[in-house]
Amino acid sequence: MTTANQAGPQHQARRRWGEWLIENTVRLAGVSTILIVALIFLFLLKEGIPTFLDIPLRQLFSGRWYPIESLYGILPLLVGSLLVTIGAVIIAVPLGLTVAIYLGEFAPSWLREFLKPLIEILAGIPSIVLGFLGWVVLAPLIQNLGASTGLTAFTGSLILAYMALPTIISISEDALYAVPKEYRDGALAIGATEWQTIWRVVLPAARSGLVIAVMLGVGRAIGETMAVLMVTGNAANIPKLGAGMFFQPVRTMTATIAAEMGEVAQGSLHYSTLFGIGIILFLITFAINSVASRVVGVQGSRRRGGQL
Amino acid sequence: MNPIISIENLFFTYADGTEALRDVTLEIFPNEVFVLFGPSRAGKSTLLRLLNRLSDLNEGSRHQGSIRFNDRSIFERGIDVIDLRRRISMVFAIPTPLPGSIRDNLTYGLKMAGVRDASILDERVERSLQQAALWDEVKDRLDTSAFALSGGQKQRLCIARSLALEPDVVVLDNPTSGLDPLSTATVEESLYELKKQYTIIMVPHSVQQGARVADRAAFLLDGEVVEVGSVSQLFVRPQDQRTEDYVTGRFG
Repeated sequence: MTTANQAGPQHQARRRWGEWLIENTVRLAGVSTILIVALIFLFLLKEGIPTFLDIPLRQLFSGRWYPIESLYGILPLLVGSLLVTIGAVIIAVPLGLTVAIYLGEFAPSWLREFLKPLIEILAGIPSIVLGFLGWVVLAPLIQNLGASTGLTAFTGSLILAYMALPTIISISEDALYAVPKEYRDGALAIGATEWQTIWRVVLPAARSGLVIAVMLGVGRAIGETMAVLMVTGNAANIPKLGAGMFFQPVRTMTATIAAEMGEVAQGSLHYSTLFGIGIILFLITFAINSVASRVVGVQGSRRRGGQL
Repeated sequence: MNPIISIENLFFTYADGTEALRDVTLEIFPNEVFVLFGPSRAGKSTLLRLLNRLSDLNEGSRHQGSIRFNDRSIFERGIDVIDLRRRISMVFAIPTPLPGSIRDNLTYGLKMAGVRDASILDERVERSLQQAALWDEVKDRLDTSAFALSGGQKQRLCIARSLALEPDVVVLDNPTSGLDPLSTATVEESLYELKKQYTIIMVPHSVQQGARVADRAAFLLDGEVVEVGSVSQLFVRPQDQRTEDYVTGRFG
């Protein structure tokens, strides 16, 4: 006879109650997280939807952002965010991956154990401090390079890249470290050089981790506000196309919301347009995350034996 | 006949001071199956990894003595380690398919060696798979992921991957450790075919397996070679008491 049967009905009832309680507590916690995200989105929609109803789309995506004259063209802000983010990605991703490869594959172990915690500490520097640094140190440097002002999209990209680097390096290095030693041995044993092993075996094997590293780093960059607000010059104009466009002042979507939210009349069109920008920002990050999880998902199904 | 590999007075010490090999002297001849057996920590894997200098990866380790491959020291300055690893190719205890399709796995090594001609690649893929007794099972799905194969198939794929390079010596470090008896038998049988073309050095899964596949064998204990000889000598009439104890299962 099993112990459950010996325990008696009272004991059994108490145990079933305990199971019920735990299960539902966990469920509540899980559901409430989703609920909160949904509520945030609903609030955003409620406040921001007049933007898309009251402003003709052609005007909304035009190039003039002058809220005082009731001109709400968000194109300069979109372009500003895009420029700053693309610049940051171009700088941070190759640099971050290279550092991770160096740390994970080439650096002697003492150096790695010294550098890795140091890099992780860098992630903890408050963004406002970096913004300050960019304003005081970077901006004059860039102006000396010949730009009309030091507060440019490029300055913002540099600061953002620096903010994304610790995340990218740290998580990529973890991903490389997690690649089984057998892969390396297997590749070396059939005559691969060290670099061929890294390029053809280790990096592909670590791909999902690397994608996550880049996404988290870039995610941090896109949403960043204060540092960017300080160093990009805050001019809502569309830079002329060409190599020089990175060296002109811009204004990002996040910076616009942060800078104007304090002075706007609640319920006005300007107010809801700021929320409208929030919706667009939300959709952009959502799209990027979906693409990233698709990429990671494909990798996962390959592991399980899907077709290449 | 000249030995293809001759090892003389070889010592090897890891960075932490562990002396893994002591005064090892061995000769291995072309087209034989040479079995290295002994209890764990006897130095078998260390010795195998020295042959193609995978031991270089152990930071801070030291060696003394010589290993000659085709009459040339493998420690010689200026030797091409990458080429050495193509000629003394190694298969590990745990099957290690690389990310990619079955075909990718077989062509990795060749492409890295600079072979680009598709017809040569295809021909090598088929031949190496046949030699590893895997062709019939996978010929219709060469472009599917190597991770979808069974454990035994993965290991034969790794053997085929080594063979695709057409090495001189195939080193097998306990290649059947994770395999079921049927797959083990398939791998063992393929060795009879392989030794016509290759020299095979193998650490067996058990004394019995060693006795089944070996032409000659060496018994290692605590980093030293206790006894070397033909299979009938070592497994039937060992000279050394320690070999006899191990072969008859008194320790190990």
